[in-house]
Amino acid sequence: MAPTLAVFKLASCDGCQLTLLDCEDELLALAGEVEIAHFLEASSAVEPGPYDLSLVEGSVTTAEDAERVRAIRAASRHLVTIGACATAGGIQALRNFADVDEYRRVVYAHPEYVETLATSTPVSAHVDVDFELRGCPIDRRQLIEVITAFLSGRKPDIPDHSVCFECKRRGTVCVTVAHGTPCLGPVTHAGCGALCPAYHRGCFGCFGPSGSVNLPALIPLLRRDGLDDAAVERFLHTFNAAAFEKFEKESAK
Amino acid sequence: MTHRGSRLLHVGSLSRVEGEGALRLHVHDGTVTDAQLNIYEPPRFFEAFLRGRSYTEPPDITARVCGICPVAYQMSACAAIEDACAVSVDPAIRALRRLLYCGEWIESQALHIYLLHAPDFLGRASAIELARTHRAEVERGLRLKKAGNSLMELLGGRAVHPVNVRLGGFHRVPTRDELRPVTEELRQALDDAWNTVRWVAGFEFPDARVEADLLALAEPDTYAIESGTPTVLRADGTTGSFPVRDFTEHVAETHMPHSTALHSRLDGRLHLTGSLARFAISGARLSPVALQAAVEAGLGDPREGSVCRNPFRSILVRAVETVYAVGEALRIIEAYEPPARPYTEVPPVAGVGHGATEAPRGVLYHRYEIDADGIVTSAVLVPPTAQNQGAIEDDLRRLAQRAIGEGDPDDGELTALCERAIRNHDPCISCSTHFLDLTVVRTSGDASRDTSGDTPGDCHA
Repeated sequence: MAPTLAVFKLASCDGCQLTLLDCEDELLALAGEVEIAHFLEASSAVEPGPYDLSLVEGSVTTAEDAERVRAIRAASRHLVTIGACATAGGIQALRNFADVDEYRRVVYAHPEYVETLATSTPVSAHVDVDFELRGCPIDRRQLIEVITAFLSGRKPDIPDHSVCFECKRRGTVCVTVAHGTPCLGPVTHAGCGALCPAYHRGCFGCFGPSGSVNLPALIPLLRRDGLDDAAVERFLHTFNAAAFEKFEKESAK
Repeated sequence: MTHRGSRLLHVGSLSRVEGEGALRLHVHDGTVTDAQLNIYEPPRFFEAFLRGRSYTEPPDITARVCGICPVAYQMSACAAIEDACAVSVDPAIRALRRLLYCGEWIESQALHIYLLHAPDFLGRASAIELARTHRAEVERGLRLKKAGNSLMELLGGRAVHPVNVRLGGFHRVPTRDELRPVTEELRQALDDAWNTVRWVAGFEFPDARVEADLLALAEPDTYAIESGTPTVLRADGTTGSFPVRDFTEHVAETHMPHSTALHSRLDGRLHLTGSLARFAISGARLSPVALQAAVEAGLGDPREGSVCRNPFRSILVRAVETVYAVGEALRIIEAYEPPARPYTEVPPVAGVGHGATEAPRGVLYHRYEIDADGIVTSAVLVPPTAQNQGAIEDDLRRLAQRAIGEGDPDDGELTALCERAIRNHDPCISCSTHFLDLTVVRTSGDASRDTSGDTPGDCHA
């Protein structure tokens, strides 16, 4: 029997599960290797668990989703979170630093109709996760690697070095050194292939923190290149809103 | 004919739509008393956390509202902020923006036609299942979709949340040589788009008619994509238009208890935006090749007043629009001369700006207020699906009523019909969060029977 694959979604933009459908060259081959048992965006055929591999996109922002993610975990042999929302709370985790009731009043005429938690948290804050794939959105090649690795029972080859390594490998001139462009590349997890510098802009951190983060070395460079304190804070608090926070606390000591 | 009395049909999680939602249908003594599209997609509060961000950030941030149409968010955001700062970009930049947007149209329309919608017409659960009997067609759809993605990757860096868009233009513009490889892919895509029109034209279409007003952007000389004036074709055949800055005076959002998405009314009436609306309003301005595709698809000639109001036939309009977008991309590349600068400087000006563009699923409006330091002080996003929600519910109510009048469909049949009716509109539920779960409540006399199988959020585990 082919192993079963399930795809679930919590609070998110659908971009990471869409990445699976964006594997145009691999999709039908993959569908020949696995049984897609639950993938609402792509199929109305829904099979009950347990599932061999579950991919979870999105963050936990409601009490229902907190329950749901536990049910998903219980039904999954391997659970892999995909994307910045599922691994770090996503951009909607900006509420973690704000008053969610005030947010509710700003956006909705009837805030009382809207149920939400005060926080947006990664899946790993609720259940054990077997692997976290970073990115806002995830990278197609990395997704194929993770699925292939789990299907063949090995560890995914996803290095946790920084975007700088990818720039060097790509032969991209450093935008900070050459142009004084503020760039989060030195502290951001590799995986995108160092896209932004190749398009003449600084990395804005959509893959979250890399394996080693040295904010005390980076922040003076960001200031030198024109960012004030508020801009530095905004820069670090966007698509992986909460993820750089622990490093900020460490560097404040 | 006897009707079961009162019943509640509940579809806990809709499939083959973007985002997650459900439907609840209440049938009392054979009459559909209520059809509610429930959007249980949790709120993400974009309009709240955009406050306090720099005016340069909304194009990157609002892209994250939607993984399927990030370019639409980027383009509406740029248009609104440039409007606030009274900057207009040069024609070569406008052409490149339209080219990037064509990439998103090709990708999104091919995704909806082949992966989400076509399986309904052929009785399959998914494109993957469809590929067992229609391998060549599904491969063609994936190839077409990939051509759209290639264009987005070339101009934007990646297909989901492109990185290359900024206020005033792009971080980096391509050379003519860099555009050349995608031209070959687009020539193949033009054949694939034509064959898509011929393929979907052979499907069987149930009778149906959307009664809502149709809203789309219009330009004098071209099929509106990245700009235009909001224009209405009312159900009585009259037309009207209003400036983008008056958008929220006409499209008013109300908040219903059953959904986290807001419901809109256009001047107090239900309206529909998207492919059917665009074809009705701007169809005459399609390119000759797309007009020919429309005629071949059986949609008639919009230059002679042909309008399509059958939502099941929206797949035909999407196919025609795909032919258009591929041709338009080829035309823009052919005429491309790199602009002198990749972007126009956009210095901050305290004020309010408005922007609307045609996402593949309809008009997307943004409004920002910024202060003299360039900090966003308020943001309003009106996505297409929130506008369409009322018209979709109206459509559902009518289709379900007719099906019940013509027989006594069981819950499974009724569910399948309702899901199809929703997918006709290519709803983007993730966008609507500020959307869906099917429940049919059938009550007989005074007894109530809840036939719901799933609850929202059920993972079928």
